[in-house]
Amino acid sequence: MGTLSGIDWFPLWLSLRVAALATAAVLVIGTWVAYMLSHKTFRGKDLIDSLITLPLVLPPTVLGYYLLVLLSRSSPLGHVYESIFGQPLVFTWQAAVVAAFLHSAPLFIKAVRAALESIDHRYELAAHSLGASELRTFFFVTLPLARNSLSALAALCFARALGDFGVTIMLAGNIPGRTQTLSVAIYDAVESGNGGLARVLVIIVSLAAIAILWPANWLARRTKPGIAG
Amino acid sequence: MIDARIVKRLPAAQGGDPFELNVHLRSESPVTVLLGASGAGKTLTLNCLAGFAHPDEGRILVQDQLFFDAAAGVHLAPQKRRCGYIFQDHALFPHMTVRQNLRFAIQSSPPPRPGRLERHRRIQEMLEAFELADLSNRQPHELSGGQKQRASIARALVIQPRLLLLDEPTRGLDARLRASFYQILLSTKAKLKVPMIVVTHALDECFELADTVCVIDRGRLLQTGPKEQVIARPGSVELARLLGIYNLLPAEITHLDPGRKLSRLRLAGQEIEGPYLPATLRGDSGWLCVPRHELKVLPYPPQAGDNQLLLEVASSSVTARGVQLEFANGLVAEVSQSDYEDLRGSRELRVAVPRGAVHFLAR
Repeated sequence: MGTLSGIDWFPLWLSLRVAALATAAVLVIGTWVAYMLSHKTFRGKDLIDSLITLPLVLPPTVLGYYLLVLLSRSSPLGHVYESIFGQPLVFTWQAAVVAAFLHSAPLFIKAVRAALESIDHRYELAAHSLGASELRTFFFVTLPLARNSLSALAALCFARALGDFGVTIMLAGNIPGRTQTLSVAIYDAVESGNGGLARVLVIIVSLAAIAILWPANWLARRTKPGIAG
Repeated sequence: MIDARIVKRLPAAQGGDPFELNVHLRSESPVTVLLGASGAGKTLTLNCLAGFAHPDEGRILVQDQLFFDAAAGVHLAPQKRRCGYIFQDHALFPHMTVRQNLRFAIQSSPPPRPGRLERHRRIQEMLEAFELADLSNRQPHELSGGQKQRASIARALVIQPRLLLLDEPTRGLDARLRASFYQILLSTKAKLKVPMIVVTHALDECFELADTVCVIDRGRLLQTGPKEQVIARPGSVELARLLGIYNLLPAEITHLDPGRKLSRLRLAGQEIEGPYLPATLRGDSGWLCVPRHELKVLPYPPQAGDNQLLLEVASSSVTARGVQLEFANGLVAEVSQSDYEDLRGSRELRVAVPRGAVHFLAR
């Protein structure tokens, strides 16, 4: 414990906070987007689908650069943010939340869309025929039927949000004690030759990932009830 | 009273032709059966009635409530139609108990929504009426096939629907469960007076349940009317072929006697008598249409009898109900296994055609 006592735990707490907030945002926004993509037909659906895939294929630096431009103090969006919250977004821990959101949302949306599409449509039609509104059907039928997949995907989303590096360092920077998340701290430790610290942080991240993925896999494996059951 | 004119076009599926549904259903009967082969457009018709599909043209009026009118731009959402829909495989919500399924239904039902006490009373009433009271805390996967059927009907009825729609409700069930399902439906019909539309491709089911039959084939309504009329006197060769219980043989009218109310038909050199055929002329050619089960096969030569055809046996095959004999002119008859023992060995047999069963379809 002697070596652990000298460690600055701030990056771990920051990463957990960032990942939790990003996951909460992904759960609400991502589920809504996935529902729209799986249940509605509208113009530009394919374009939105492609835009959602984009963060998965672009290098994190490219994505980070776009976001820097889009959210900088001189941009309209950055300006709006600053006028609401009284401070700029870039190079704050809140920017790390945005980065983690973008890192985890695409996979989440794609997987939730597939999960929602795999639910037998007749359950929703049955609810409609009984008089249930779309919102009521979503909360009482669709969501409960997808709950195992959704819980597993939320856990994955959290694990992924915990591990973002590229976009975070571009958008939030590497300010110890303010914006330095766990993965950035590991990079920092290796760069400055602090091998001991790097090892401890690497083990923490790995254990956290296993602790999240294990139950997530178990949840995902649980079969969802079929219509004939 | 249901009056639905539905036109719905579907684009061509891969490698297929585009499909057009164009039907006009009119029925005041308690149970209307939509009969047709798979792919005829029966379920699509049902989905248009329920509001799941949006017709391209037409007008749907159910119990004085306008559901759809293309000209006026009316399309009532399925939530507002109050149509109970019984799906194949029931579609009971698997994460809810039977009682929760019913409660979800009644809490979702379109306004005016009953109060708390009334809701409870109605759920209890339905559970008891369908013998589900002891099973109300079970989830669908803990129910047998018959119990699931009852639960799905109870759930549809608890919202006091204007119309009950049933999509092939007994597909995949064994004979015993089918029979019990018919019993449930017929007692529901007697008690609750909810008009029902049942989609099926099974003639037996149609016979069991229907008051009015609408036969649909490739998106068109072939015939509609009381079941006795549609099934005993199909209006076209197409319909007779679709129903699949008739012999259809080319025939010509040789004699018409309105005085004795008789007619004579010639087929392949032999003649038989039938009832008088109004609106036909001597010399008209067409098809003799006679149900297979009406024919009586007799051994040859014994007694020469009335209204018989002498036919050569082409083949015989064993079926679940006995033996099916196919004759050289294409006529098919069914005999019991024990009768077949007496007939076996004869190359030629006599087939008696009851006069009342003779039906002529003009070409």
